[in-house]
Amino acid sequence: MNELFDMPSDIQQGYFGVVALHLREALLPVLAGLLVALPVAQLCVRLRWLYPPVLWVTTVLYAIPSLAFFVVLIDYTGLSELTVMIPLAVYSLVVLVPAIVDGVRSVPQETLAAATAMGFGPVRRYVQVQLPIAAPAIIAGLRVASVSSISLVSVGMLIGNEGALGNLLNSGMIYHQDRLIWLSVVGTAVLAILVDAALIVLRLLVTPWMPRGARKNARTTAVQEAAR
Amino acid sequence: MNVLNHIDAFFSDSAHWQGYDGIPTRVVEHIEYTLLALGIAAAVGLPIGLLTGHTGRGGNTLALVATAARALPSFGLMVLMFVLLGLGMAPVMIPLVVLAVPPILVTTYEAMRSVDPAPVDAARGMGMAEAGVLFRVELPVALPLILSGLRSAAIQIVSTATIAAYVSFGGIGRYIIDGLYQQNYEKVVGGATLVAGMALATLAVFWAIARLTVSPGVRRSS
Repeated sequence: MNELFDMPSDIQQGYFGVVALHLREALLPVLAGLLVALPVAQLCVRLRWLYPPVLWVTTVLYAIPSLAFFVVLIDYTGLSELTVMIPLAVYSLVVLVPAIVDGVRSVPQETLAAATAMGFGPVRRYVQVQLPIAAPAIIAGLRVASVSSISLVSVGMLIGNEGALGNLLNSGMIYHQDRLIWLSVVGTAVLAILVDAALIVLRLLVTPWMPRGARKNARTTAVQEAAR
Repeated sequence: MNVLNHIDAFFSDSAHWQGYDGIPTRVVEHIEYTLLALGIAAAVGLPIGLLTGHTGRGGNTLALVATAARALPSFGLMVLMFVLLGLGMAPVMIPLVVLAVPPILVTTYEAMRSVDPAPVDAARGMGMAEAGVLFRVELPVALPLILSGLRSAAIQIVSTATIAAYVSFGGIGRYIIDGLYQQNYEKVVGGATLVAGMALATLAVFWAIARLTVSPGVRRSS
């Protein structure tokens, strides 16, 4: 078994099956985080006093190491995929809330007034005006969340081989196959880069109205997001 | 409440407080890893970030480097380095530094770029040398953001240094990894509590540093 992508027999899905599993385990939590973050962020925009305490809670939650989070959850959700995905969803939520709040707040007052004057109700104004204008900031947040999520799934290996590509690290160690470790590291990195690139393409697609210069600004906010 | 009982049992057992596997030893090891990695990362990231931010050149390159470095899985990198380099400080330090440099570098750059240009021009107009502009005008104003970059780097190091126990190193991660192998859940949860406490302590330390070093005028305006 010395072909590049051959797997030890305890990994049933084959290499690309593991890659698909990794993608699912990393991105479902990001999606869940986004679904919760949208209403939470909207609440923070509506009620200004709520934002500083929410920001504090998110900072503290983000500081909790993933391994600590995983092992405490074992008691409740067992050695399962869910134990890995819940913390990842929390981290995504924590990254996305400030990104969305900043994005929605950056919509100029005149734009909102114009939308209201055109007869937009609050829901339609939110969906058709605020969200599209906030899209670059939201996608910048999604990039940070999904890349770190992809990297953290591997840690799930430590709690009963729930780490998808991370499981190959353990196999590589116990079978003395450096090839498997390389496959894990390179595979995870390539996955992260591809997802990141896909999100950049998505941003270009959903913001066709942005002039070149403004796109450049969007990139600097992405840099700021990367710095978080 | 099960978890709380485990935590209580872990910390009240006096055997956990002594010897080479005692809490003080492991906490000190963890702090050593963290300070060393943060020191190296700051020595690399701060000067480059300050200079590029001051001159305003190379922002796109920095963003590219940071994005690429973020894509590297730190856990996988640690196992890979361990397999390639064996025992020693290098396999732990390389992934931790790779992890910590991007936030420091990019935040420092962004912090320097976001300084209000008016006081910088005024300083130049008054005949201040470039070094003076950098250290006496831009740096104090940019300090809160720079510290937040160092803070997120430190927190990521604290949480990733836990994983170093998997490849045979010390630190608080030992309790979690050993506890999992020994099916000693009390030890696992105790270790997790310690790491989480340490991450929160890091937040507190940086909050205190910011209180002490950021000038009151800057703090009030932000």
